[in-house]
Amino acid sequence: MLSIKNLHVSVGDKPILKGINLEIKAGEIHAIMGPNGSGKSTLSHVLSGKGGYTVTEGSATYQGKDLLEMAPEIRAREGVFLAFQYPVEIPGVSNIYLLKAALNSIRKHNGQPEVDAMDFLTLVKEKVRLLEMDEKFLYRAVNEGFSGGEKKRNEILQMAILEPKLCIMDETDSGLDIDALKIVSEGVNSLRSPDRAFVMVTHYQRLLDYIKPDFVHVLAHGQIVKSGGADLALELEEKGYSWVEDNQAAA
Amino acid sequence: MNTATASRYAAEYQTIAPALPGQSLPWLQALRAKALEQFSAQGFPSPREEEWRYTNVSGIEKKLFSPSVSLTIGDVNAEWLKAYQLQDAWVLVLVNGHFSAELSVLDGLPEAVSVMGMADALAKQPDKVEKYLGTAADQAEHSFIAFNTAWFTDGLFVHVPAKVVLDKPIQVLHAVTGADAMATTRNIIIVDEMAEAKVIETFISRDGVYAASLPGAGAAIGEANAYLTAAVTEVFVGQNADLTLYKMQSESEKAYHFGGSYIKQARDARFTHHNFAFGSLLARSDIHVDLDHASECELNGLYLGVKRQHIDNHTRINHLKPYAISRELYKGVLDDRARGVFQGRVIVAVDAQKTDSQMNNRNLLLSDDAEADTKPQLEIYADDVKCGHGVTVGQLDEKSIFYLQSRCVDEETARNMLTFAFANEMVDKVKIKGLHDMILEQVLARFPQQGVNKEWL
Ligand SMILES: Nc1ncnc2c1ncn2[C@@H]1O[C@H](COP(=O)(O)OP(=O)(O)O)[C@@H](O)[C@H]1O
Ligand SMILES: [Mg+2]
Repeated sequence: MLSIKNLHVSVGDKPILKGINLEIKAGEIHAIMGPNGSGKSTLSHVLSGKGGYTVTEGSATYQGKDLLEMAPEIRAREGVFLAFQYPVEIPGVSNIYLLKAALNSIRKHNGQPEVDAMDFLTLVKEKVRLLEMDEKFLYRAVNEGFSGGEKKRNEILQMAILEPKLCIMDETDSGLDIDALKIVSEGVNSLRSPDRAFVMVTHYQRLLDYIKPDFVHVLAHGQIVKSGGADLALELEEKGYSWVEDNQAAA
Repeated sequence: MNTATASRYAAEYQTIAPALPGQSLPWLQALRAKALEQFSAQGFPSPREEEWRYTNVSGIEKKLFSPSVSLTIGDVNAEWLKAYQLQDAWVLVLVNGHFSAELSVLDGLPEAVSVMGMADALAKQPDKVEKYLGTAADQAEHSFIAFNTAWFTDGLFVHVPAKVVLDKPIQVLHAVTGADAMATTRNIIIVDEMAEAKVIETFISRDGVYAASLPGAGAAIGEANAYLTAAVTEVFVGQNADLTLYKMQSESEKAYHFGGSYIKQARDARFTHHNFAFGSLLARSDIHVDLDHASECELNGLYLGVKRQHIDNHTRINHLKPYAISRELYKGVLDDRARGVFQGRVIVAVDAQKTDSQMNNRNLLLSDDAEADTKPQLEIYADDVKCGHGVTVGQLDEKSIFYLQSRCVDEETARNMLTFAFANEMVDKVKIKGLHDMILEQVLARFPQQGVNKEWL
């Protein structure tokens, strides 16, 4: 589904990602772990098309197409979804309006007619229940005045409704208490399917207790320094990031 | 330089004066004479005056606008006018500064309530007019007020007696049709103790259209007229009374507009102003509020400038007595080469302890050539008060644009959505459906709408 090859990314003159290689197949869950400042958000942003980054080398191919060539909204319509580490507040635009606009853009992109108003409401309300949110959130401005946890839940609500193919989740667990973490994890698990892939960016392993990854990659100083199975996360938790960083230095 | 123009107007005055209303009222004649004298000495305000430093009105001096001395409604297209006439309201129509009974809709008013033209009021209840005229607007403030006092031909007079609650709004439609015309109106609104009313001031011109999609544009669009509107409105809100005043100004792209609203609030009075400035070539509004003990005022404003428009809003809130509350939010969206000015003063008198005041001005610049000048001023002479102010001038937030793009929205639509959302906050505050929709049309006509869905607005 996604093939990242030797990806180098800079901000201005400053190299941040220094040769990332990653193969992600449909149905897989990949966790990307790493200390603060290692480049996790940068990778998430570059994959979803945020401006301000320069790709100096390498490629990212999504479903056979050059991902980096596409405008952000085209990536989104093609099924790439980024759940933001810091979701943005959009005063004056209601949650439900944005959801409908987004869903209809995807349908138009796929040559489908606009969603029926009743079907849309039924779908949205079902997902609101799944994430144990109050329906009132639908009519409030996007993320405006939401608590940190509510914003994260709202990201997953959008994801559940838009049904993307590649879900990139940037530190979704931060800001969630344990109950909210369970609800959000259930929401994510309910989306698991053989034709959908997940990239879960996280600093801590606790999210991985609820959403079990197939692969774990450790990012440090802009490079993947170690890859393994779910066990690697536990090992990391035990030994700390210095373990892999030292390892890399030794290698 | 200004006095040369002033003398051109003064020279003309003698031929016009006999046609102005209130000839038989010595007090008014004296007031007019004094005003003429002041204007002749000063001319129009100069950018050297602090309150006018961002707004140069010298363009007015290149023309000699003349008042129409009587009602001429020959060229008013009633269909065009209807587009601006609210359905569920009492509507008083002024054409080129003169009351038109024919075009007005005033039946069914409660008996005790007066809604009439100013010329009629001067004929029918001169004593009442004398009691109020010139008592809220200070002629010494600047010469537009003097100009207005000397030249006004007519206007709106409203009196809502104590405890009367009007169930429909009163709309006054100021329409200008002629080239080189001068529409000078003096308006008085009195809302006595415990009464409640909503009054809507609408300033329009037949060719005041920035986009073909506005109401009546197809039928009546003509060459844009250069003319001058000078309106002064004095407002008296009685003890525990409640008045909401709306102003919607959308005039010819060659016209000059000066509009002053001067409000006196008694104890516990509530006053809300919604000022929608879609402008003209140059438009300036002054809104001054005097707050008595525990009274409350809310000033909302939205100014949208496109092309080469210059839109200036000056507000002044005088906290004269303790416990009053003022809230102010002005938002501006400026595109092309437009310039927006906001000068907001809050003055808290020594006496006005426990004042609670908040003033905000936010500007969105959509083009590199657009400009916003903003100057909030707090002058606080009391020591136990809660006063705050905030100002922003900026572009659309890139983070917000990317967030919307990541949710499948293309960049242009994202920009439009954010621009409309910014302006719509102010439109949304208008709870009179017909007026809300009329204002929304004006907003939509000014900016690209691609991807903006009315159902969302
Ligand atoms: N816009 C930017 N300008 C300058 N440096 C940046 C910018 N964005 C990220 N960086 C730097 O790149 C590195 C990686 O940041 P980030 O991707 O946010 O890390 P993480 O998400 O893993 O904490 C950090 O050193 C950060 O300071
Ligand atoms: Mg991060």
